[in-house]
Amino acid sequence: MMTSRSPIPSAPWLLAGPGALFFFGLVLLPLALTVILSFQAYDHSTGIQSTFTLSHYVTVVTDGYYLEIFWRTLRIAALTTLICAAIGVPEAYILSRMRDPWRSVFLLVIIGPLLVSVVVRTFGWSMLLGSQGLVNQALQLVGFAPARILYTETAIVIALVHVMLPFMVIPVWTALQKLDPMVEAAAWTLGASHFTALRRVVMPQVTLGMLSGSLIVFGLSASAFAVPALLGGRRLKMAATLVYDEYLQELNWPLGATIAIIVLVANLCIMLAYNRMVETRARRTLG
Amino acid sequence: MQKNGTIALTFHVLVLAFVLAPLVIICLVAFTPENTLSLPTTGLSLRWFKAVFAHPDFMASFWNSIWLAALSATLAVAFAVPAGLAISRYSFPGRDFLNALFLSPLIIPHLVLGVAFLRLFALLGATGSFAWLVATHIIIVTPYVLRLVLAALSGLDRSAEQAARTLGAGEWTAFRRVTAPMILPGITGGWLLAFINSFDELTMSIFVTSPATVTLPVRMYMYATESIDPMMAAVSALMIAITAAAMLVLDRAFGLDRILVGQR
Repeated sequence: MMTSRSPIPSAPWLLAGPGALFFFGLVLLPLALTVILSFQAYDHSTGIQSTFTLSHYVTVVTDGYYLEIFWRTLRIAALTTLICAAIGVPEAYILSRMRDPWRSVFLLVIIGPLLVSVVVRTFGWSMLLGSQGLVNQALQLVGFAPARILYTETAIVIALVHVMLPFMVIPVWTALQKLDPMVEAAAWTLGASHFTALRRVVMPQVTLGMLSGSLIVFGLSASAFAVPALLGGRRLKMAATLVYDEYLQELNWPLGATIAIIVLVANLCIMLAYNRMVETRARRTLG
Repeated sequence: MQKNGTIALTFHVLVLAFVLAPLVIICLVAFTPENTLSLPTTGLSLRWFKAVFAHPDFMASFWNSIWLAALSATLAVAFAVPAGLAISRYSFPGRDFLNALFLSPLIIPHLVLGVAFLRLFALLGATGSFAWLVATHIIIVTPYVLRLVLAALSGLDRSAEQAARTLGAGEWTAFRRVTAPMILPGITGGWLLAFINSFDELTMSIFVTSPATVTLPVRMYMYATESIDPMMAAVSALMIAITAAAMLVLDRAFGLDRILVGQR
């Protein structure tokens, strides 16, 4: 354990072995089984068959019902990501310019809700957005007609932004911590306007944080379950609620597995593409 | 340092209002004396909290979740500390793969993990037991512990350890008496973070719980889809209180910003 110069080859495997076995058995094995399941035929009266077929994938990519749900999922996740960036980036910048103790207190308030269960936060929004909720009462007070917000995509996006905001603030905040505030001040001294300093000095730093934040927010939004399940109602399904219904209501596990695998692969692809983009960008900025 | 202008501060206040609104409304509605979800206008009442404590299903789920979170966080530490030592101190073939494997539950959507576990358990004929539920929660919380353990190990000055070895301490003694106390803050922080994450988890658990092992978030989800009364607000307020307490402990002891920002 002590000398890394003459490593005993068995030591790291003894240390990490139990965990590695556990993760093999409960991460890789179940995932492989699910991939296999997604190719297995299904019959409504006799259940899962032992014959293999591509039909579930064909169904999912040709049937308008599923395509609409995937399209809605992408649209909602993209919109959530955009709004999170529009709110989270300026907020992180404002936080970084505050003095302690306000800075730590407000950072805690902004990222603390991350630890509160999503069910709780979603329930809070369902009360706020309901037909008799505070938002509607406020709308009526200002003279607007009562709007139907609950069980619409708007409700899902609002609650998702609330759930995902900390994931945007954290990486941007981290990026800003690496920026010496004196550099911005130096830009002003050298004659740059506040806007130019923001654009040329602060933004390049922030962009990297914003990119990794967007990646996390998009991935988590696209596979979010509680928010669309509680605020979308029966009609407005997203990928995760669709998988849930296929598994626990329709009992068509192979089809559910197909959709879950598509969600996983899409997630991994976007993440890899994004990583590559971030790397190229970082190299360009540094070199 | 440049101060924030009026526009910036207005923006900041609006963001704070947005972030706090759903939590505040829950805590207010939880004290309503009415039978419907409404703000307490005539007076405050604890009747819905009493209703929660008298509700056998909610109480069973609450204790179930507490035990589940405590057990899975503890076992996650038991896996993550040796794994962290192996990953940070040795270079061996497969090291990067192991690291990626241990951190993969952060990248795989919980939904996908849920259906994958469901398939495995169906094939094993193992659905519904508490032990299997613990196993699934260990998977999803181990990455949080491992990250903090790795961070603690990489920031460690190893000369104290080497001194102990030179003075004749065995590897195990040196670990127990020198290394372990030095990375203890990382381990404790990881345990608490793991506890909270397990306690709050819904998306994966909903696939692998059975009627006998329903966790509190799953129970709340089921309750919210069936009926609407202020008891849901009272349970939610209790969950907010528990989370806030854990958060304060985390913040006092280690700085929440460090733990969460160091996370991802």
